[in-house]
Amino acid sequence: MSGAARAIGLVSHEFRYCQKVFWRNPGSVFFTVLFPVLLLVIFATIFGDDRIETLGGIPTDRYYVPAIVTLAVISATFMNLAMNLTIAREGGLLERGRGTPQPAWVFIAGRVGNSVVVSVLMVVVVTLVGLVLFGSPIPWSSIGLVLLALVAGAASFSTLGVAMTAVIPSREAAPAMVNLIVLPLYFLSGIFIPESEIPSGVLDFASIFPVRAFFEVMLAAYLPVVDGAGFPWGSLAVLLAWGLLGLLLALRFFRWMPRR
Amino acid sequence: MPGAGPAVRAEGLSKEFGQTVALDGLDLLVETGEIVAVLGPNGAGKTTLLTILEGLLQRDGGAVEVLGIDPAAADPDWRERIGIVLQETALEPLLTVRESLELYAGYYRDPMPPDELIALVGLGDSADVRAGRLSGGQRRRLDVGIAMSGRPELLFLDEPTTGFDPAARRSAWAMIAGLRERATTVLLTTHYMEEAAELADRVVIVDDGRVVAHGTPAGLGSERGLKTAISFRLPTDVEPGDLPLPGDGRLVRDDSGNFSLETDRPTADLEAITAWAGTRGIELDELSVRPPSLEDVYLELTG
Repeated sequence: MSGAARAIGLVSHEFRYCQKVFWRNPGSVFFTVLFPVLLLVIFATIFGDDRIETLGGIPTDRYYVPAIVTLAVISATFMNLAMNLTIAREGGLLERGRGTPQPAWVFIAGRVGNSVVVSVLMVVVVTLVGLVLFGSPIPWSSIGLVLLALVAGAASFSTLGVAMTAVIPSREAAPAMVNLIVLPLYFLSGIFIPESEIPSGVLDFASIFPVRAFFEVMLAAYLPVVDGAGFPWGSLAVLLAWGLLGLLLALRFFRWMPRR
Repeated sequence: MPGAGPAVRAEGLSKEFGQTVALDGLDLLVETGEIVAVLGPNGAGKTTLLTILEGLLQRDGGAVEVLGIDPAAADPDWRERIGIVLQETALEPLLTVRESLELYAGYYRDPMPPDELIALVGLGDSADVRAGRLSGGQRRRLDVGIAMSGRPELLFLDEPTTGFDPAARRSAWAMIAGLRERATTVLLTTHYMEEAAELADRVVIVDDGRVVAHGTPAGLGSERGLKTAISFRLPTDVEPGDLPLPGDGRLVRDDSGNFSLETDRPTADLEAITAWAGTRGIELDELSVRPPSLEDVYLELTG
């Protein structure tokens, strides 16, 4: 068996069990899968009839589809990896894995693969819910840009999630620390509140961070026509730069051993 | 080279965590096929020792070879040959017993089939139960099963039965003793004297990061000149006032009328006691002779 075929075999083996664990965990199913759908329904129902003049007067429910897609991908990657890798580390599972012949990177790759697959699923689910309940069209004409945004976002927030575990000291601290980071950014970046309601200074500040950058890319991918400024390549560069930073930090600071 | 030389050879092993000295020049030799117990109080350095031998922690000093290789340079080929049970049971609670074993089987070139492992660790009735719903004893059995996945030549067990009730401990012992039939070398740590005496061919007593005694469980006490305890009961109307004792012990009577004696000359004392009783036609109820136990050695060394 060639090296590449063996590597794929190892990762797909690990991935299968990550999937089993993910779907059996009521917490991950609720917060990663059901919660984003619930948020879309609530936001689009409450604000759906408003129009966003700065985005060519589109109804707000069309705005919330890429917003909740952004949130769902961040949940499936950053939050899911940061919490579950911390729990696996503190429970000794990563240390136990290190004691086997399995190459260390396979443990991470299996979990990242799980996060990416869930992300893809969530893009489909959120988009379909937007179509069925609120009549938001599927962005067929710009599907390539949606895929680009998805790949860049899922990859960048995966490396950031793995890196994040280095500063989370215990499994109890994980949910609080992860939410403390993403929740304010969701508000500042126009995920929860339409960006037309947010002062431009606040948006400029949020643009330094990957949540806003990812959302700008996803929004432009879903609404290419109304966004006259063209595709925000600068935001994509910011997002990828964060992803690269996450990768470097993860390589340098990721820990396999629990606290002793 | 597999099979040649001892399974574990450590010389002058040292490790510090900040100001705390965990290992202080520890020496250890484990021959292939032996079951060796490292016995010591909490904080003696047992887990640090195992973690270094498992290649999961770097030592500060000393020389180590495990299966002929320095564990600090552990590679996947070496990891195929060892099995590890950590101090804390580490299981994915949402996978069943069988799934857990299948997951780990995928990590090895020539894994033991999960069904065989399930039988080996006695979890046949719980094969489809999720690990999170197993009892503490069952979880530890699954942990051992996972460690046996790769047919290891050397198995590390860090406090395999801590926190078990007596029945679960007995049955875990039977399971561990069964591993011997697979010609597996076992290095285990424990703070139960009984466990070391029951399972191990040799016992190494560790305190403050160094070896303070080693030998067979039975031999450790007598080699160290500890005393044998003799005890018996006398009829209520008999006093042992004129009982001659050649040894250095003194006869002590407890509240319930039992007499006991700790002696360095058990044979001579026993002869004197039985002769004394025989000439008077007295039956010595509950007569017993207890050689110095591992517990006596342990308490003397670490107490």
